Parts: sequence; C-alpha cells; structure tokens
Amino acid sequence: MIDHILSILIFFPALGAVLGFMIHKDSIRAYGVTIGIIEFALSLYLWFSFDSNVSGMQFMEHIPLVASFGINYILGVDGISLFILVLAAFFTMIGIASLTDTKNVKNMIITLLFLQMTMMGVFSALDGIVFYVFWELSLVPMLYIIGAWGGPLRIYASVKFFLYTFAGSLVMLVGMLFMAYFYYQATGQWSFAILDWYRLILPENIQLWLFAAFFMGFAIKVPMFPFHTWLPYAHGQAPTIGSVILAAILLKMGTYAFIRFSLPMFPDASVYFMFPVAILAIIMIVYTAMIAYAQKDVKQVVAYSSVSHMGVIILGTFAMNVEGISGSIFLMIAHGVVSGALFLLVGVIYDRRHTKMMDQFGGLAHVMPRYATIFGLMMMASVGMPLTINFVGEFLSLLGFYQQSHILTLLAGTAIIVGAIYMLAAYKKMFFGEITVEENRNLPDVNKRELVALIPLAIITVWLGIYPKPVLEPINNSVESIVQLMHDKSITEEAKSSIPNLAKKAEIARSSAGEAN
Amino acid sequence: MLEPINVSLESLNLMTLSPMLIPIIGALLILVVDMFKSGLDKTLYVVLAILFLIMDFGALTGSAGVFMQDGTVTGLFDMMLIDGLAILSQFIIVGASMLFIPLALTNKRFHEFSYPEFFALFLFMIAGFQFMVSTDNLILVFVGLETSSLALYTLIAMHNRTKSFEAAVKYFTMGALAAGFFSFGSMIFYALTGSIEINQIATVLASNHYVDIGYVLIAVTFLLAAFGFKLSLVPFHTWAPDVYEGSSAAMAGYMSIVPKIAGFVVAMRLFEFLIHSGVVWLEMALYTFVVLTMTMANIWALVQTDVKRMLAYSSVSHAGFVMAAILIGTTQSNSALFLYWVLFSFTNLGSFSMLWMSRQKHLPEHQSSDHSYDKFAGMIHTSPVAASIMALFMLSLAGLPPFALFWGKLYMISSAVTGGYTVLALIMALNSAIAGYYYLKLVVYMFMKEPVMGNDGHIYHNNATLALKSIIGFAAIGTIFAFVALNPLLEFITSFVYNSGY
Repeated sequence: MIDHILSILIFFPALGAVLGFMIHKDSIRAYGVTIGIIEFALSLYLWFSFDSNVSGMQFMEHIPLVASFGINYILGVDGISLFILVLAAFFTMIGIASLTDTKNVKNMIITLLFLQMTMMGVFSALDGIVFYVFWELSLVPMLYIIGAWGGPLRIYASVKFFLYTFAGSLVMLVGMLFMAYFYYQATGQWSFAILDWYRLILPENIQLWLFAAFFMGFAIKVPMFPFHTWLPYAHGQAPTIGSVILAAILLKMGTYAFIRFSLPMFPDASVYFMFPVAILAIIMIVYTAMIAYAQKDVKQVVAYSSVSHMGVIILGTFAMNVEGISGSIFLMIAHGVVSGALFLLVGVIYDRRHTKMMDQFGGLAHVMPRYATIFGLMMMASVGMPLTINFVGEFLSLLGFYQQSHILTLLAGTAIIVGAIYMLAAYKKMFFGEITVEENRNLPDVNKRELVALIPLAIITVWLGIYPKPVLEPINNSVESIVQLMHDKSITEEAKSSIPNLAKKAEIARSSAGEAN
Repeated sequence: MLEPINVSLESLNLMTLSPMLIPIIGALLILVVDMFKSGLDKTLYVVLAILFLIMDFGALTGSAGVFMQDGTVTGLFDMMLIDGLAILSQFIIVGASMLFIPLALTNKRFHEFSYPEFFALFLFMIAGFQFMVSTDNLILVFVGLETSSLALYTLIAMHNRTKSFEAAVKYFTMGALAAGFFSFGSMIFYALTGSIEINQIATVLASNHYVDIGYVLIAVTFLLAAFGFKLSLVPFHTWAPDVYEGSSAAMAGYMSIVPKIAGFVVAMRLFEFLIHSGVVWLEMALYTFVVLTMTMANIWALVQTDVKRMLAYSSVSHAGFVMAAILIGTTQSNSALFLYWVLFSFTNLGSFSMLWMSRQKHLPEHQSSDHSYDKFAGMIHTSPVAASIMALFMLSLAGLPPFALFWGKLYMISSAVTGGYTVLALIMALNSAIAGYYYLKLVVYMFMKEPVMGNDGHIYHNNATLALKSIIGFAAIGTIFAFVALNPLLEFITSFVYNSGY
C-alpha cells in the first residue's frame, strides 16, 4: 500500500465523492467527516513513513499515459510538498467537520471531496501535464462553491476567479509545451516529467521567456500584485468554507509551483528577475496592508492581510538561498493554518450576526470570551509574534532575503509593522470597548462544533511556533538539494554568485574541521 | 478505326470503391423497401442505416489493413486515392454518422423522420463525403461535394419549420456560390497545368518554378473562398449560425463535424503543397483567416442569448483553431487535426444531443428561442444528472483537462510550438481562455441560478428515449476517459498521416 500511497491519497476522496451521491442527505455530513478523517490519517501515515533524511523524491509512481508524447503519470513527494499535502487533508477534514448549516449540504460535501482530490494531485504531481490537469481541475469545484453558496455578487466573483486563473494557466501551458519541445530537441524524446526538465540547461534568453510564461500562471494564482484583483471578490463572496480552503491551500499552489518549477528550471532567469519580483512582492505587502487598514468588513481585512503575507512568501522564495526558501515553505504552512483559522473565526461571527461589518461589533470580548481569546491568538500569530507559527516563517524568509538586499528587506519588515497596526485596530474595534449594538449582548460563545476546528489550529500555531524542527528539518533537506541544483545548473556569473554553493560550503566546513583536528 | 479499349479489371482495383458503394446500396435498398411497403416505422430505417454504416466501417477497417501493408492504393483510372488521410477521415465520417443516426429515435414525432427518403439521402450524403476525401482529382472532389451538399440542404429543409426553410435556402445559396468558386479555381489550375490531379498540378507548377504566380494566386483565392464557405471561416461564416439555428439540434451537431472534416482533408491536400512551395501570400492569408476565425467567432459567441447559436459560433471558432493545423503543415499538426476532430466529435455531438433531448414542440411564453439560456437555469435542482453531463461537455469544449478536447488542444498548440509559430500558439491559448467565458455562462446558468417559474425539469427529458440517452452516455464516457485511449489513437493517426506523406 505504501508504494501507492500518493495515488490512494489522490483518488480516495474522489471515490468517496462518487459514492457520496448514494448517501441520504441527512447522513452526508457524517459521511464527509469520516472520509476526511480517513484521508487525514492516510496523510499522517505518509508523513510517518517519510524518510526525512532523504532529500529527493519518495514514494514515486510512474505509469505511462501517452508514451509517444512523453506524458506520464508520475507522482512523488519530498520535504517541500509533504506538509502541504498534510495541511490540505487536515483543512478539508476540519472544513467539513465545522460546516455550518448550508443549503444543499450534500452537493457541498461532494464538491469539497472533489476539491480535495485536485489539491492532493497538484502537490504530488511530478509530470507537467498531470500537474496542469489537477491545477485546472481545482478551479471547477471552487467555481461551484463560490457561485452556488456565495454572497450577492457570487456569480461575478466566481466567473472572475475562474477566467483569471484559466487565462494565466493557458499561457503557462504554452510554456510547458515549449519546455517539452526543448527537451525533445536536446534528447530526441518528448517528456513532460519535471525531474527530466530539471536536467535541461537552457540558454538565458530562452529561460527569460519561459520564466515569464510560467510566471503568468503562478502569479495570478498567488495572487501577486497587479493580478490580485480577483481575490478580494472571491473572498468577499465565498462562503466561509470556500475562503478557508482558498486561503489555506489553493493560493499555496502558486507559491509551491514557483519553487517546484520556476526556480530549479530557470535559475538564471530567476536571478535576473529576482529584484523585479521582489519589488512586486514588496508593493504587494505594503499596498494590500494599507488597503486592509481601510476596510470596514472584517473578512476583507483578513483577505487583504492574507494577500500581504503571500508577498512575504514570494520574497522568501526569491531569496534563492536555503534560509529564504525553507522559510517561505514554512510560512506557506503557517499562513495556511493562521489565515484558515481567521476565516473560520470570521465565519463564526457571521453565522451569529449575518454581518461582517466591524462597526456592528464592539465589546465582543465581554460576551464571547473564548472566541475573543482564540481570535486574539490567531491575530497575534498573523502579525508574526514570536513563539507563534508565523514568526518562524517570516523571520526565515526575511533573513534569507536580507542576504540579497538590505533595503528591500527593511521595507518588507516595516510592512509587517503596518500589519500589526491594522490587525490590532480591527481587533480593538471588534472586541474591546462598550457593547454598542444591543443584539450583541446575548451572543452565544463558540460551540463544540466550532471548537473542533479551532482548538487543533490553535495548538498547531503555538506548537510549531515554539518547536518548528519536525517540520523544518525535512523541508530544509529538500531545499538544500534544490538550491544546489540551481547553483550547478546556472550559467551566468550573476546567478552563480547569487545562489549559494552548498557543496563547497560543506567542503570548507569539513576541511576546517579537519585542520582543527 | 479506333483501337478497342482494353482495360483489365484488376487494374481498376474496384475494391477501393467498396466503402462508398456500401452506403449507396443501402440508400437504394431503403428506397426499394419503401416502394414495396410504404408507411413503415422509422425504427426500421434507422436500423437499416446503422447496419450499412457498420458494414461501411468494416470495409474501412479492411482498407486500413491494406494501407498498413502496402501503403497508398489507387484505383479506377487513378481517380481513387486511398491513403492514410482518406481512411482516417472516412473513419471519422462514418463513426460520427453512426452516432448521429440513432438520434432520430426521439420520443416526440418529428416530421422528417417519417420519410424513408430522409435516411436514403443521409446515406447518399455519406457516400458523397467519402468520395470527396478519397480522391486527388478535383472533379471527383467537386462531384462528391455537390452530392453531399445537395443531400444536406434537403435534410435541413425536411425539419419543416419556417426557420428550417430559411436555413436550407441560405445554405444552398452560399453553397452554390462556393461551388462556383471551387470550379473557377480548379479551372484556372487546369489551364495552367493541364491537369486536375492535385499531385500533377504540384509537379507541373514546381517544374516550371511557378512562373505564372499571378494566375496561381487567383486560383488560390477562388479556392480559399470556396473552402472558406464550406469550413465557415470568417468572413465567409455568415450562414453558419442561421443554418445551425434553423436545423434540428442533432443535424446542427452533425453539420459541425462531418462536412468539415471532409473539407479539411481536401484543403489539406490542396494547400499543403502550396504552403510548402513558399507562396508567402497564401501563408499570410491563411494565418489571417485562422486568427480572425478563432477570435471573431469567439467574440460573437460571447453575446449570444441562445445556446444553439452559441454552439454554432463555438463550432466556427473550433474550425478556425483546427485550420491552424493546415497552416502549420507538419506531420504533427496534421495528426493533431485528426486527433482534435475525433475528440471534438464526441464532445460536440454530445452537447448538441443534449439540446436535442430537450427539444420542445411548442415554446412556452417566456422563452424566446428553442434553447435560450433561461431554459437551463437551475437545471442542477431539477435534473442533476443531465446538468452534470451538459457541464461536462461544456468544460470539455472549453479545453479543461482532463476531458477530451483538452488533449486535442494540447497537441495542436504543441504542434504550433514545434512548427515555429510561437505567436500563433499564444493566440490559440488565449482564445481558449476567451471561449471559457461563454461555455462557463451555461454552467453558471445551470448550477448557480434558480429555475424559471413553472419549470419542473420535465423539459430536459422531453425527447429522451433509451437510444438518445445511450448516445449521450457514450459521448460522456468518451469525453471523460479520452486519456486512456489517447496513446494508441495518437500512434495510429500519426502513422497513417506520416505514411501518406503529410
């Protein structure tokens, strides 16, 4: 079973979804939770069977699909994708478990299970086309979730979400076809396998074009400034569960793809575009933080703050060194946990009051103390307080980029302070002061079903904030091999000097140790 | 005294004719049956037609076997040319026809199916298309084209609605114009080279180094216009949406597939050598046609209020997309054309059949046309399975992986990349994104809107019978699991195209 664990992880939820059509709609929630728990257990099993000392791919599967055109069904997992897989399984599970009363709950749960299949597929695919299949397929369930259960502007928001991402991905597809063609020219064989592409050394000007093509697909997904305009609509209109999955997992597809595709495949182009991308990332951090401050709707505050933190992830990724990339991967997980939790928390209050406007609240800490505590913890984590999960990631990302540019890192650092301002302001408006609206006096505190989702998230937030090693170590091992690959592959002087040579460093360390003896 | 003509029967190679003769015999048989006993039920004719189509398919398999062994076969004074292109396109023609004809077994009675002539004409039309693709001879192409077109006009008119007559007359007029253009173009080529065989024309033109390039260009212009009409390339497409709207949904789906593949094959035979001979002007003209057809048809499709008209424009756009293969002109692109068209026939026939299944005889008040978007609003609530299948076809048409048409698009764009047409590849990709919007519009109506008052979902199965449902199920399975059959299909197509020298 362990040989095919990734296929099982991908297709088990799909099978569950198909069989779910037969379940009566009153029992579907229990069924969904069961499937979610089994899937999460499988993902934990994957984690425990994972050998964290190996930096390369594990549990690989290889089945030819269209052999004459080089399309194969290749799966594999390394330290980079492992934790995102676990996170995806975890969030689908608690998402279904904490699902509040929705109409057509059966359709919702089946859709969520299909969505889970596509997420698992994206993060374990090692073939360009298989990756693309799941990447695109993930749009459909999300389209339906936003469009069918969303707010008043839901159709506009869902179609905008779909078309934006779809258009970007098609440009990326052309890039993939070029990549396969260059591989064909070099070796006489078609291949879409990512590990094959890693071995291909391309001239710099071709790298630049291909980087741009892939960038279109990934940047829209992240979403990077100036392609971020679909996200506030999507978050604003989506139901709670949609926002949670979107922020926690779907956005990570973009940043994950940068690390999986852009960096190792085009190291020279990545270095060439390092500063433009970093500047975009910083604009994204600062600009969305400012917008977040101006919002009246608490969900929009969380949405914009989520975009802002995605900027830090991009910055860490484009630091091109082990600290930065490891930090950004860790921050992906941290951001998933924290922003997912924040969206859940917003959902809690929305279910009670059916409004998300902050001026409708005030003094909630008096009536909902437990809610205020968890919200406070998550908000602190979101602004990057030490000993919370976000801090580790943000710190490492910025530390990594500090080695490339001091000034830009400083700018990004100030943005985190802005982040603290708007989050604290929002918290103050909602939780402190007098109760201004009468309806708020008798609000019930968080109930059991909500705690099922929130308590584990709170525990993870603190646990990984204090002791990140179990997660950070496997990430680090895989990132080291990627950075080394980038260094070896790069052809320009600039890239060679920007990307550290780890093998040489290790050698120096070894020889100096030898001298000491 | 004239020498007696002495032709040995073996040299005629009459076997090459057998795939075309089978539907002709079938058509005559249907007419004979009707002569002896009229007023028989349509099921009889449907089954007879399927029977002959199966035999036709068998004969094609036979010639495919011969082709794999001996390569290209000629026959009947070298009029017939059975090469890989001919066999592949005939497979598509006959296969799509087999999927189409059971659609006549509707729940409601429709005027046209009560005539045995409908089925006879249908079989004659197939024979016409088969002749058209399996020859190098411009006259035989013309004969095949006219046989099939005249039959098709009649089939459309037999739907017996005001709009159907309008459609048939419109199609007829445009078709006649196209036929005129075609014969003019062929005439000029004959005048230049003294031959009506495409490969002879190519040889003669190449040997005199295109001295009469002016005349060649005029001939090419005429032929381009002729194929523009037949393949509904912008700006010759104006008939297409009206004709699709006027004919029954099933017939419209059929028209979007079979006549076009026949047209593509002839265009491929004709334009391939011209493009490779370095007639730059032709390349530019084709490039413009391809880009215009893809883009403009997509933009018009965006603003349609009727699903059938939307699908009509979408078919025009797909034709433009596939026309790019002829422009690129590599083995990969020509294989991509066939691959695309096989996958497209599944998806498109499926989606038109879904419309056909929901065909009403009388329109309710709020509905302005047969298949307005409103009609499908909230379909997920009333008939979830049908809505899901329709959405599947729409997403496949939009090119969403892993459904059938995605693989066609993938291979086609890849052939543009390998052929050195980078900008074209990007335009093709972005057009798929534009197209995404109007396919999505129907999905949005079906899944995210509330049903119109008084719609209990009955209309979606109005016309359904087991036969229709099986066809749709077959198309849906083909659309979902296309990736399983992709590798053998691709290898088969590529070897056939490659061995025909394209």
